[in-house]
Amino acid sequence: MKEKIIIVSNKMGLHARPAAMLVQTTSKYKSSVKIIKDDFDIDAKSIMGIMTLAAGQGSELKFVAEGPDENEVLAELENLFKSNFSE
Amino acid sequence: MPKSKNIILKGVSASVGIIVGRAFVLDEDDFCLIYREIPKNRIENEKKRFDNAIEKTRQELKEVYNKVNNVLGEDYAHITNAHILILDDPSMKKNVYNLIEYGTNAEYALFKTIDKIIRSFDAIKDGYFKERKLDVQEIGKKILANLFGKQKRNYANLKENSIVVAHNLTPTDTVAIREKLVKGFVTDIGGKTSHTAIIAQGLGIPAVAGLKVASSKIRTGDMIILDGNAGEVILNPSDEVLEKYQKYYDRQHEEIEELRKLKDLPIETLDKHTTSIFANIDNSDEVSHALNSGAKGIGLYRTEFMYFNRNTLPSEQEHFEEYYKVVREMSEYTTTIRTIDLGGDKFAKFGLLNVSTEQNPFLGLRAIRLCLKYPDVFITQLRGILRASAFGKIRIMYPMISSIEELRSANKILQDVKQDLRESNIKFDEDIQVGTMIEIPSAAVITDIIAKEVDFVSIGTNDLIQYTLAVDRGNENVVNIYDPTHPAVLRLIKQIIDSAHKENIEVAMCGEMAGDPLYTPILLGFGLDEFSVSPFQVLKIKKIIRSMSFKEVKEIADKILQCGDKKSISKIMSTLTRQ
Repeated sequence: MKEKIIIVSNKMGLHARPAAMLVQTTSKYKSSVKIIKDDFDIDAKSIMGIMTLAAGQGSELKFVAEGPDENEVLAELENLFKSNFSE
Repeated sequence: MPKSKNIILKGVSASVGIIVGRAFVLDEDDFCLIYREIPKNRIENEKKRFDNAIEKTRQELKEVYNKVNNVLGEDYAHITNAHILILDDPSMKKNVYNLIEYGTNAEYALFKTIDKIIRSFDAIKDGYFKERKLDVQEIGKKILANLFGKQKRNYANLKENSIVVAHNLTPTDTVAIREKLVKGFVTDIGGKTSHTAIIAQGLGIPAVAGLKVASSKIRTGDMIILDGNAGEVILNPSDEVLEKYQKYYDRQHEEIEELRKLKDLPIETLDKHTTSIFANIDNSDEVSHALNSGAKGIGLYRTEFMYFNRNTLPSEQEHFEEYYKVVREMSEYTTTIRTIDLGGDKFAKFGLLNVSTEQNPFLGLRAIRLCLKYPDVFITQLRGILRASAFGKIRIMYPMISSIEELRSANKILQDVKQDLRESNIKFDEDIQVGTMIEIPSAAVITDIIAKEVDFVSIGTNDLIQYTLAVDRGNENVVNIYDPTHPAVLRLIKQIIDSAHKENIEVAMCGEMAGDPLYTPILLGFGLDEFSVSPFQVLKIKKIIRSMSFKEVKEIADKILQCGDKKSISKIMSTLTRQ
């Protein structure tokens, strides 16, 4: 099991388009991925879960991946956030 | 029983325009959601039924995606893309499967699952994320429809020129409407900013939303008048009302068609003198109106609405997001953001200020005066504006400047805010232009001094006239004294333009006078550089400018400046409008 804390830095937060990109990324991997924010934890392959996080700019998200490609999925997620979802 | 005539239903204008036609009422899908117990040996079959409904819905959504993409483009199609992801959401499937395994029928399992998801959306405070529950509901309905084996809404009997009436319209419906060349739509729920309102505006068809009872009161085939300007619907109009509207509609239609031809033509006089026409807006929803009108920029973006209907001050992030939306849509064109023009009374409810009721609010603590007295409010807005300036072309404009000292104080705060942003490595436009409104006579008289320290000025005629003539336009006893062509007002305007031009800066006008075709020739003759008007006035003003000779209007404007009384001014003006 691997964890990584990522801060939402893009201006609009995880609105429809970034949420869709996030799901498309996590769905490519076999590992399960969870996002923990405040007291909630949701499945990072669930677009509705991500939307209900209502994660705006500056939100702190903890990603927890478990499975054969857990390192790869976290690395790609970090890059996705770093690119600010090509906003 | 004869039908009662002229029933007026009041709603919200979702997209402007007027249309008369027969109603076509779309029935609300009426699902009968009854719990049924599924015997153990049928459970796998029930799961399969659910999977089949998902697959069918996916096909439908893919078709919608392609259609939306072809008709409206990628920007609208991404809504449908997100819908497909909702359909594939593993948490939804898991929940439905779980319930089915307990022996629940697929319809009820789905209904319960969607209901649970909707509840978690309801707990969200942020408006954008909260509204996404509508997307989830729409997908839920589509899957349900397929579970029941029901067909999609039937548009087969929908004729051209119909006005579609529904409880609610989804983006899917609006595409069907487009294909059938429907002329307008009417809904019970929704408002100015719903997806469908935005799409209707994009399609340029009139729409009224939020009518509450329209879909139950109106029957297919009823004659209705849809007045998207007033936000109302008239059911079963009498012949007289119908004739009145039909005439109005024909005239409006002809005029609009005539004007639309001008949209892409240059804004220049017969003798090739060019000026600009920008649009005034109140919020980000109006940007599309502005762009559709052919305006090449926003000359006045009033930001006061952000403070209305709430009990807390808007945050820096809210300012930023609102401006970001506007500048992104405006792309290469300029957006002039006016810092708040509010009175102290509006601020009392935020518990921020201890302002007792002022005897003369128009001469009291408002606009830049309030911002300088309570700099935190000002700084929050400036930070939002500056951050948005990294994404588009913004100009900042201060309202109610009456002296050079006020301008300098405001600019000092702006410099400090910029420095803070630099230190935090937050990007903004280093060359952002700053200007002031000229709307107080004292500022008008010292335009030459102000012009040395700003990048542009914009004349606010409503206040300039009221302060110059000491007349309250809302007071019916003196309203006749309010006169944009009073020689003192005209001379002040001319003086502002000349003083600013001497310092090589441009002069805009964003008051009502700029949008009144009656005054276009004289303002043009004075050398005004930018007319900033309501989106609906843009092409009207353009038409007049294109019909004038700059040389002639200049001479006439000079003549008018020599006049000292109303009668001789209106005599010269009337020769202008006849041209």
